[in-house]
Amino acid sequence: MRSAALRGRAWKLLETVTTPLLPSDYLDLVSPLRAGAELRGRIEAVHPETGDAATLVIRPGRGWRGHTAGQYVRIGVDVEGVRLWRAYSLTSPTDRRDGRVTITVKAIPGGKVSNHLVRRAQPGTLIRLDQATGEFVLPKPKPAKVLYLTAGSGITPVMGMLRDTEFDDVVMVHSAPRPQDVIFRNDLHDLVAEKKLRLTELHTATDGMLDIARLDELVPDWAERETWACGPAGLLDAAEAHWTEQGVQERLHTERFRPSVVVSGDGGEVTFRTTGKIVDADGATPLLDVGEEAGVLMPSGCRMGICYGCVTPLKAGAVRDLRTGEITEAEPGVLIQTCVSAAAGPCDIER
Amino acid sequence: MTAIDPTAHLSGEQIEELGRELDAIRDGVIAARGEKDAAYIRKVISAQRGLELASRGVLLFSAFPPAWLIGTAGLSVAKILENMEIGHNVLHGQWDWMRDPKIHSTTWDWDHVSPAEQWKHSHNELHHTYTNVIGKDNDLGYGIMRVDEDQKWHPLHLGQPLWNFLNACFFEYGIAAYDLELGNNLDKHRRKDPEFRARAKAVGRKIRKQVLKDYVVHPLLSGPSFLSTLAATFTANLVRNLWSHSVIMCGHFPEGVQVFERRSIERETRGQWYLRQMMGSANISGSKAMHFMTGNLSHQIEHHLFPDLPSNRYAEIAVKVRALFEKYELDYVTGPLPKQVFSAWHKVFRLSLPNKKSKVKTAAPERKLVVT
Ligand code: FES
Repeated sequence: MRSAALRGRAWKLLETVTTPLLPSDYLDLVSPLRAGAELRGRIEAVHPETGDAATLVIRPGRGWRGHTAGQYVRIGVDVEGVRLWRAYSLTSPTDRRDGRVTITVKAIPGGKVSNHLVRRAQPGTLIRLDQATGEFVLPKPKPAKVLYLTAGSGITPVMGMLRDTEFDDVVMVHSAPRPQDVIFRNDLHDLVAEKKLRLTELHTATDGMLDIARLDELVPDWAERETWACGPAGLLDAAEAHWTEQGVQERLHTERFRPSVVVSGDGGEVTFRTTGKIVDADGATPLLDVGEEAGVLMPSGCRMGICYGCVTPLKAGAVRDLRTGEITEAEPGVLIQTCVSAAAGPCDIER
Repeated sequence: MTAIDPTAHLSGEQIEELGRELDAIRDGVIAARGEKDAAYIRKVISAQRGLELASRGVLLFSAFPPAWLIGTAGLSVAKILENMEIGHNVLHGQWDWMRDPKIHSTTWDWDHVSPAEQWKHSHNELHHTYTNVIGKDNDLGYGIMRVDEDQKWHPLHLGQPLWNFLNACFFEYGIAAYDLELGNNLDKHRRKDPEFRARAKAVGRKIRKQVLKDYVVHPLLSGPSFLSTLAATFTANLVRNLWSHSVIMCGHFPEGVQVFERRSIERETRGQWYLRQMMGSANISGSKAMHFMTGNLSHQIEHHLFPDLPSNRYAEIAVKVRALFEKYELDYVTGPLPKQVFSAWHKVFRLSLPNKKSKVKTAAPERKLVVT
C-alpha cells in the first residue's frame, strides 16, 4: 500500500516535469512495449502460409494478459498513414515459451488491412493491440468428442484450438477452393499422420460447396459431438439450421468474422446515441444541421470544414464527405466533421 | 493600403473558377496524403521530444556556461518546434486523418499557457473563418493595436509600438488573454459569467502547470544550477515568444495585405472566401530550414487557403497557388523575414498615429474589397 502511494506520488511529480505531455509520451520513445504502456505489439516475423495468407509473429507488450484458444485480438495497424483496426484469430497455442503470439491473415480482395499485413508488413513494425477476447473457446472440462467444421480462413481460430488442446477423438471437416488454398495444410496433415486428427478436406473449386446434409455421411456421429464452426455466413447459417432441426443446437458453437456489413447509400436514418434522437436524413444535409434541427446540442464552429470544432465519434454506419464524396465507415476511434458530412446510409453519432 | 480594390478586374465567374481550381489542388493533396506524411509528423514529434529532453538534461549542469548556452539554444528550438510545426498544426486537425489518438486535434495539448480548447476556438474558428474582416477577426491587431487605416484611431494607439513589443516578449500570455477575450470580459457583469469563469480557471490551471514546470521543478532538479536553469528556461520562452510573434505578424500585417468590411462577407461564396484568404495573408520566403522553424507558417497564404492540410505539403502547394495568383493577376505578398518583419513593425508605428488627411479624403467607403 505504502509503496503504491509512493509510486503514485512519484508519478505525479514526473507529470509536473513533463507537462503538458505525460511521462509515458517520453517513455514510449525508448520502450513502447514496457509494462504500463498502452498495449502494443511488435511484428517480429511474417511467414507466408498460402498465396494470399500469412502468419504474423507478434511480441506483445508487457501488459498482454494472454489468451484462451479460439479467441481473437483486435489490432491497430497504420496503412498508408491511417490507423485501421481489425480483429484476427490467434493461431498460436496459449503456452508458447517465447511469449509471442501469432495471428494468421488471409488477404481478402479489396481488404486494406489484410492485404497490407499479408504483402507489406515488415518485421520490426509496431502495432496497437487490444486484449484477447471472444467466446469461441473450448470449455472445461474437455468434451469427449469434438467436431471442427471450418471453411476458408475460418480455420484460424480452430488452428489455435488444435495447437492448444489435444482431444482423444477429434474430427475436422474443412473446405477451401483448392488444395493450395488450404491454410495450415502441412500442419493439419502432420496432425493426421500423428493420429491426433481425422480430417476431411473438401475442395470447393472442384467438388462444390459443402452441403450440410452430407455431414451424416462424412461424420455419422456429428450430433453427439461438441462442434465449433467457423467460416462464411452461408455455412454457419446452414449449420445453425441443421443443428436446430436435430434439436442439438447447444452443441454448436459458431464464430462470425464480419457480423454486420455497413450499407452505404444516399441518406439514411441517423441515430444520436447519447440523446436517443432518431431522424431521417437525406444525403445532402450536413449531420450538424440534421442534429441541430432535431434539438441535439451539437458542437460547432466555422460550419465550413476548416476549424475542426465539430468533430464527433461515428459509432456505426457510414457518412459521406460533402466536399470530396469520400465515404467513411464507422470503426472504433473514427471521428467525423459533422458540418461537412452527410448520412450515407443509416448511421449512429455520439451526441 | 491602396485605395483600389486589387481584385476589381475579376468577374464573379472567374472568382468561382478560381475556387474550383483551388479545390482541385486540395483534392490532389488529400488523395496523395499517406504513409510518408504520417512518418514525417511522427519523426518531427520524436525529434522534438528528444531535443527537449536532451536540452533539459544539459541544463541540469547549466551553472557551467557552455552547458547553459547549448541547453538554452536547444530548449528554444524545441519550444519553437513544439508550438509551431507540431502544436499549431496538430490543433488545426492537419493530422486527424491518421486516426492516431495521440496526434489528434481533440487530444493534443501544447507547451503554451492558452488551453488548446480555447485557442482552437479563437484561432481555428474565429480567425480562420473571418480572416481580416474588421470587427470580426480580432487577430487584426489582437484587439490592442490598430493595423489598418480603416480601424478607428484612439489616443491609446500612440503606445502601440510599446504594447506590441511587450506582447512579443510575453506572447503566450498575450494569446491566452486574447483567447479569453479578457478585454471584453473584464467589466463587472461579464466577469461573473460562469462560462467565462470556467475558462479563466482553465487558463489559471494551465499557467500554474507551465510555470511550475519551467520555473520551479526543472530548476529544482538542477540543484546547484537552480538559478541558471531558471534563467535558461526564461530565455527559451522569451526566444520562442519573440520568434513566433515575428512569424505571426508576417502572416497578416505586412504592407500589401488587404482587410475587409463586415458587409463584404455577407453571402460569401466559396470562391470569394478563398479570394479573401489569398488577399488577406502574406508569406515569408526562405530556405527549407526557415519554413520548418516557422512551422510552415511562412506559407501563410497556403495555410489560410487549406488550414487542415498537412504542413509538410505547403511548399509544394505554394508552387501551384502562386501560379494561380499569376494567372488571375493578383499580388502574392511575400518576402524574406527581415523585410516582412520590418514592414509589419513599420505599420504598427505608422498607424499608432491617426491617418493622414489626404488618405482619409481618398478613402471612399466603397473602396474596400467588396466581392459581390
Ligand atoms: S464546424 Fe468547423 S470544421 Fe465543422
